[in-house]
Amino acid sequence: MRRYGNIFANVDWATILIYLALVFVGWINIYAAVYSEEHHSIFDISQRYGKQLMWIGFAFILALVILMLEGHFFTSFAYPIYGVIMFSLIAVLLLGVKVNGATSWFQIGSIKIQPSEFAKFATVLALSKYLSGLSIRMQDFKTKVYAIAIIVLPALLILLQNDTGSTLVYAAFVLVLYREGLSGNILLFGILAIIVFVLTLLFGPFNIIITAAYAYIIIYTLLKFNVKATLVSLLLFSGLVFVFFNYELSQNLIYYGLGMLLFFLIAFLATRKEMKGKRSHYLGVGIFVVACLYIYSIDFTFNKVLKEHQRTRITVLLGEEDKLIEQIENLKLQRDVEGISAEKKQQIRDDIGAKRYSLRELRQGNGWNIKQSLIAIGSGGFTGKGFLDGTQTKFDFVPEQSTDFIFCTIGEEWGFMGTFVLVVLYIAIFLRLIFLAERQRSIFSRIYGYSVAAILFFHFLINIGMTIGLAPVIGIPLPFISYGGSSLWSFTILLFIFIKLDSERLNVLR
Amino acid sequence: MNNLSNRKFIVGLIFLAVGVIFAIRLFSVQVLNDEYKVDSDQNVLREIIQYPARGLVYDRNGELLVYNEAAYDLMVIPKQVKKIDTLAFCKLLEIDTAEYREKFTKARDYSSYKPSSFVKEISSISYANIQEQLFKYPGFFVQTRTLRKYPRNSAAHILGYIGEVNQSTIDDKPYYRSGDYIGKSGLEYSYENLLRGQRGVKRILVDVHNREKGSYKDGATDTMAVTGIAIKTTLDILLQEYGELLMQNKKGSIVAIEPKTGEILALVSAPNYDPNMLVGRAVKKNYPVLSQDSLNPLFNRALMAQYPPGSIFKTVQALIGMQQGVITENSGFSCIKSYVNCHNHPSAGNVAASVKMSCNPYYYSVFKRILMQGRSKSIFKDSELGLGVWAKQVKKFGFGQRLATDLPGIKRGNVPGVDFYNKWYGEGRWAFSTIYSLSIGQGEVEVIPLQMANLATIIANKGYYYAPHLIKEIDKTDTIPSIYRKKNDVGIDKKYFDPILEGMYGVVYEPGGTARRARIHDSIVVCGKTGTAQNPHGEDHSVFIAFAPKDNPEIAIAVYVENAGFGGTWAAPIASLMIEKYMADTISTKNLAKEKRILDANLMNVIPKK
Ligand SMILES: [Zn+2]
Repeated sequence: MRRYGNIFANVDWATILIYLALVFVGWINIYAAVYSEEHHSIFDISQRYGKQLMWIGFAFILALVILMLEGHFFTSFAYPIYGVIMFSLIAVLLLGVKVNGATSWFQIGSIKIQPSEFAKFATVLALSKYLSGLSIRMQDFKTKVYAIAIIVLPALLILLQNDTGSTLVYAAFVLVLYREGLSGNILLFGILAIIVFVLTLLFGPFNIIITAAYAYIIIYTLLKFNVKATLVSLLLFSGLVFVFFNYELSQNLIYYGLGMLLFFLIAFLATRKEMKGKRSHYLGVGIFVVACLYIYSIDFTFNKVLKEHQRTRITVLLGEEDKLIEQIENLKLQRDVEGISAEKKQQIRDDIGAKRYSLRELRQGNGWNIKQSLIAIGSGGFTGKGFLDGTQTKFDFVPEQSTDFIFCTIGEEWGFMGTFVLVVLYIAIFLRLIFLAERQRSIFSRIYGYSVAAILFFHFLINIGMTIGLAPVIGIPLPFISYGGSSLWSFTILLFIFIKLDSERLNVLR
Repeated sequence: MNNLSNRKFIVGLIFLAVGVIFAIRLFSVQVLNDEYKVDSDQNVLREIIQYPARGLVYDRNGELLVYNEAAYDLMVIPKQVKKIDTLAFCKLLEIDTAEYREKFTKARDYSSYKPSSFVKEISSISYANIQEQLFKYPGFFVQTRTLRKYPRNSAAHILGYIGEVNQSTIDDKPYYRSGDYIGKSGLEYSYENLLRGQRGVKRILVDVHNREKGSYKDGATDTMAVTGIAIKTTLDILLQEYGELLMQNKKGSIVAIEPKTGEILALVSAPNYDPNMLVGRAVKKNYPVLSQDSLNPLFNRALMAQYPPGSIFKTVQALIGMQQGVITENSGFSCIKSYVNCHNHPSAGNVAASVKMSCNPYYYSVFKRILMQGRSKSIFKDSELGLGVWAKQVKKFGFGQRLATDLPGIKRGNVPGVDFYNKWYGEGRWAFSTIYSLSIGQGEVEVIPLQMANLATIIANKGYYYAPHLIKEIDKTDTIPSIYRKKNDVGIDKKYFDPILEGMYGVVYEPGGTARRARIHDSIVVCGKTGTAQNPHGEDHSVFIAFAPKDNPEIAIAVYVENAGFGGTWAAPIASLMIEKYMADTISTKNLAKEKRILDANLMNVIPKK
C-alpha cells in the first residue's frame, strides 16, 4: 500500500479532463448569459460569473482534498455521512428558508446552502456500502426492501421540501439496481408505462386500447405461427371496431364493457387451440385486462388526481393549446344552455376557470418558456451567433438562463456545433464512468461508479430534454455547467470520490 | 455473475440512445427547421401598437355625441433604461423621485423587456416638451392613443363608457390584448365590434444593443390602424337634454319613442352624471365616487328600475277584457268602494269613461270577469286557468320579458303567472280574491319605464310595436339589425283600441279627466293616462304615459317620477313639455309657467309618507 504517494497517482485523467471542459463551458456561458457592456472585470463578485468563478475555485479545492483523503475513509464513514445528511434534510424543513416555493435552503449570512444537493452522494455512499456487504444478494426480498428504503428516505424528505425536480433524480437508481441484479422487466415495464402514459394523453384511452388489442392479437397468435387464426381474429375484431365507431358510442362506458367482452371472447376462441397450457392463455388475457385498467387509470389520474399545475406541465409538453381552446368553447356552450341547475352552472364555471389557467400557463408560463427556449436554441443555427452575440438570452426572453436554461445560451451562441460537442462530452463521460466502474475489483466502487453515471445521466436527460421540448419543465441543474455553488460542489464531490476510489483499485479489495 | 456483467452494454446503450435522440432533435431544431428562426427575428423587433380611433357617435339629426381626442402615454422598457439623470427626468414629467422609483419598480415587476405604461395621458402641451428631450432617456418612448370625449355632456347612460380589458376577456376573445380598451356599458358595449376598429402595428428593428435599425422589411409587414365605424343613433339630443333638465332634482326616468319605428328619441334616467367623468385617468378617481353615491347615478332607471305600473295598466286590462269578449266597449260597472278604494266620481258607463276617470272598482270587475270565466267549478282552478291565459296575453305587450333593445343590463319586470302564485301561496291556495290588486297595476306586477313607453307606443299604433332601439344607421352599411325591423303584434284587434284612445283623450281634455295639466295647445292633441303607484316605502310614485298627436302619432312617452305623489301633478306636465319640445321645438309662452314650476321643483328629499 502506498500511503504517501502523489495524490494524482493513478487518477483517470480522461474523466478529469472532461470534467474541466464541462466546468469551463459552464463558466463562459454563464458569463455570456448575464453579460452586458457595463461590466468589465470577470472577477466582479456582484455578478454571477464572478461568483461562479469563486465557486469553481472552491470546487477545485474540494476535489484536491478528496484526492488527498484515503478511499478507505468513504467506505468507513458511508453510514455516518448518510445519517448526518438525512438529519440536515429534516432540519432544513424546520429551519430553512423558502426560495421559489421550495424550503430547501439553509441561510448562513449571505451564503445559501442546499442540503438536498449533498444528499445525492450520501445516498450513493450508503447504497454502495449496503449492497457491497457480504451475503447480500439482489434476488433476496429483504435486500430489495432495504436498498429501496435507503433511496426513498432522502427522496421523501426532499419531496416534503416541495422540490419535485430533485426528488425525481432518485429514480436514476433504478439503473444501478438493474446492473446489480434487479429484474430487467422492471426497467422495461417502467419505460413502457411512460410510453403508454404519454400516448394515452395524446390519443385518448379508446384509440390506445384498440391499437393495443391489435398488437395483442398479432403478437399472440403469430407467436404460435398460425397465420389463419391471426387473420380470422383480426377480421372479426376490425368488424367490431368498425361497427362501434359508426354508432359513435365511444364515450359510453357500457359500450366499453360490451366491446371488451366480445373482444376477449374472440381472442380466446382464436387462440384457444394454439396455446399449449391453459394457464399461459389466462395469463395473457389477464395481462391485457391489467393493461386496459392502467390505461383508464391514466385518464382518471390525469383529470381527477393531478393538480392543475402538474397537468399543465404535461399538456405543455404535449402542445395541447388548440385542444384547450376547444374544450373551453364547449364548456361555454354547456354553461349557456337554458334551464341547467345553479350548481351545475357553477361547476362548469369552475372548470372553465381551471382550463383558462392552463391556457394562460401555456401561453405565458411554462409553455412560453419552452417556446422561447426552442427559439433561442433554434436561432443558433448550425454555427451559432457567436460568443456574446446571442439576442434571445440577452433580452431575457429565456427565463433562468444561467441556471436551469443555460443550455439555451449555448445553443444560441454556439449553434449545433456547440450543442453536439456538449452532448458528445456528456455521453463520453457517462460511458467512461461505466467503463471505470466495470474495472473495479471492489463491489462498493462498482456500485458507486454506476450511481455517479446514473445521477449525472438523469440530470442531463431531464435538463436538456426540457429545453428542447422533449421532457416536462422540471427545474434541475445541468451538471457542472449550471450556475450555482451547491450543485457544482455536490457533483464535484460525487465525481471525485469515484476518481479517488478508482485510483486505488489495484491496492484494495473491498 | 457473468450475465449481470453483460448488463453494462444495456446501460451503455441507453446512454447512447438518449445522446443520439438529443443530437437528432437538436439537428432538426437548429439546422433543419426554419420555424424557430422566423420567430427569433420577430423577437428582436420592437412592435409599436397603432391604436385605432373608435367610431364616432351621432344623434338622429347628425349632431356629434362622441368623438376622440389624442392622448399620450409614456412607455418604458425597463431592461433598456440606462443610467439617466433621474432628477432632470422627474422634473420633466412633473413627478418626484420617490414616485419615479415606485413606477419603475412596478414596470420592472411586470416585465423587464416588455413595454409597460409609465405615465398615462400626458397632456399635449407636456407631450411636446417631453418629446424634445426624450432622446436623452433610452428605454422610454411615447405611445399615442385616443380618449373618448362627450361634447354634449349628456346621455351618459346611453352612450356608456370604455375601459381597459380584463384578463377573462383577453382569454375569451382572441382579438384583445392587455392594454386594449373595450366598451364596458351602454352603446359602447353593445356596438363594440363596430366601434372599436382594427389595431395596427409598426415594426422597428432593434439590434442586440437596443439601437434602432430602421423599419422591418421597409414597413412591408406594418399594418395601419383602421378607424372604428361611425354610428348614428335614434336619439334627439335636444330632446334628451331637455328631458335631463326637467328631471333635475328628481328621481325617475323619461322614455320617448317614435311609435311607427320603435326608435328611442330620449331615454332619461335621473339622477345622472357627466359622461366625461368616466374617461381615461379620471375614472380611477370618479368611479368610486359615483358608485358609492347614495342616489346611485350609475343606475339606469329607464331599464333597470322595476316599479308597479299603477293605473296605466288599466288600459291593458280593458283591451284584454274586450278581446276575450268578457266586456264590450259599452260595459258599465258601478263604483263600489267596498271592492277596492276609489275617489269620488260618477260611475263609468263604458270603457272610455272608466279610462278617463280611472275607476278602481270598474277594473276590479273587469279583471274578475277575465279570470273567472267558468272554465272550472272550483274558484281556485277557475282563477288559475284564467290567470294563465291572461299572463300569456300580457306578455305579448312586452311585459315580463327583456325587450330586445340595444342597451345592456335591461330588466324583465314581472308578470306574475300561475307558477309564480303557486310558489308564493301554494297550489290551489289562491284565487281571484287573493290577487285582485293586479287589476289596477298594483301587487306583484312590475314593469320598467321602457316597457311603459312601449305600452304608449302600442296604443298609439293600435296593436303593434317594434322593439325599442337606439341604432338608426351604421356607417358603410344600409341596414340595422333585423330584430329592429320586425313588427310585433300584440294580439288585440285594432277596433278595441278606439275606446281606449277616446278615454285617453278624455283624461287630458274632458271634465273629470285626471291629467288636464298635460294639455299643450290646440294644434297638438295629446292622449294620456295617469297612474299613481303605491309605494310602501314612502310617498307614491307618479306615472304618466301619453302620445301625440291623437291621429297619426309621432311620439309616445312614459314619465315616471319617484315619490312625487299623484301622476297628474308631476309626471303629466313633464310629458306634455317633452311632447311640445319635440313637436314644436320651443315651449310656447303659455306653457312657460308650467316649465318654471317643473324646473324649480325639488322632489329629491320628499318626506316619506307615514
Ligand atoms: Zn271609481
